[in-house]
Amino acid sequence: MSMDGADVLKRALTEDEAAILEAWYISLREGTSLQSGRIREAELQTQAKAVFGQLRDGLSSGGVDADADSYTPLRENLADISRSRAIQGFTPTDTANFVFSLKEPIFEALRRKSAADASALAAGVWAAGKVLDRLGLLTMEVYLASREEVIGRQGQEIAELSTPVVRLWDGVLALPLIGTLDSARTGVVMENLLQAIVDEEAEIAIIDITGVPTVDTLVAQHLLKTVAAARLMGADCIVSGIRPQIAQTMVHLGVELNVVSKATLADAFALALRRTGRKVVRQQATVTGEHR
Amino acid sequence: MTVTKSETLPIRSGDDVVRVRQQVRALAIDIGLGLVDQTKIITAASELARNTLDYGGGGEVRAEIVQAGTRKGLRLTFEDQGPGIADIEQAMTDHYTSGKGLGLGLGGAKRLSNEFHIESTSGVGTRVTIARWK
Ligand SMILES: Nc1ncnc2c1ncn2[C@@H]1O[C@H](COP(=O)(O)OP(=O)(O)OP(=O)(O)O)[C@@H](O)[C@H]1O
Ligand SMILES: [Mg+2]
Repeated sequence: MSMDGADVLKRALTEDEAAILEAWYISLREGTSLQSGRIREAELQTQAKAVFGQLRDGLSSGGVDADADSYTPLRENLADISRSRAIQGFTPTDTANFVFSLKEPIFEALRRKSAADASALAAGVWAAGKVLDRLGLLTMEVYLASREEVIGRQGQEIAELSTPVVRLWDGVLALPLIGTLDSARTGVVMENLLQAIVDEEAEIAIIDITGVPTVDTLVAQHLLKTVAAARLMGADCIVSGIRPQIAQTMVHLGVELNVVSKATLADAFALALRRTGRKVVRQQATVTGEHR
Repeated sequence: MTVTKSETLPIRSGDDVVRVRQQVRALAIDIGLGLVDQTKIITAASELARNTLDYGGGGEVRAEIVQAGTRKGLRLTFEDQGPGIADIEQAMTDHYTSGKGLGLGLGGAKRLSNEFHIESTSGVGTRVTIARWK
């Protein structure tokens, strides 16, 4: 008679629950997740106990196929756990080990139960390996997806952060643009600039594109819209930092910004001061003429 | 002409368009294009990738390093299974747009490339190939 691995495993989990859980707790306690203080021991044990119960439920009607319906509650629970670990900054090893560290205690239990029956032991070990490996992989998949979400969100935050409007002088603002100008980001940039123009009663806004890697028709269109909107708010725009290769490319594209442009932010600032009736002069070297 | 390197990138989102630009930049540097030529092919790629996304409903680009004799080049083929372009001549006309663009993408991509080829069939899809030689 061939031995069903799932049955052997189920029996071990049922009859040896206390010992397996105890051994699993010990191994979790030694893991770095507790040491780093990211999670409390009681919480870790609650999660472990719940997962253990769901594993046994999954096994009883779904066999060793961890993708079966009977495993749905377990998969969802593990996904939640994994997701929260990704957000809390657990390492991938820590996250994967939550499931994988259950292997050893289960193998031990199987050995105790089936020491005399080599084929039952082999079947049980195979079943445990199959289920836990699949669940471990699932944990990692969710972990990675969540990390990507985190990274995506950080990208958005950076986009918003990296578009400060700087007041250079009374009535003169600068908007140093850095990085990729996708539509979402440009919306934020434009709003920030227009708001600042109102708040500062600015006459001139300098848009510096030194840090923009590519100016294609979409970026050009965003610039045009920003310039037009600024004009409606009563401010003139100067675009600075158009690098030579970008200037050439814009000519080939056929886009015209129809706005005053200057090579550098410094040149644009000098022009802005002149336009607002100011002048920067070097202080006279007074020392030589002085009588002491 | 031989292809010495070939890779395919999906164009399904705005992030993919950014990735296409980055990859084209890497390949352009790889074959030793100067800064101006790099910028030209990257910008052309950006236009065509966005058309693929916005009008073609998404697709992919095949980026190839090609060699003819001692000359190296970068060839990009953008392909989608979208609605296609009924009137290619009109689409190529500067300032023509069926959306809210400037209508300069296709013409611009052509002027920024050494080679430009477009085929499109209504209801089947669009394929645009450009190349820039060192
Ligand atoms: N892959 C495509 N599938 C279907 N139609 C396309 C495709 N690419 C371009 N078109 C059509 O050709 C027109 C012109 O394209 P082009 O790139 O020159 O301008 P645009 O995308 O409208 O504006 P811009 O590129 O200046 O932002 C588009 O408005 C669209 O109708
Ligand atoms: Mg376009």
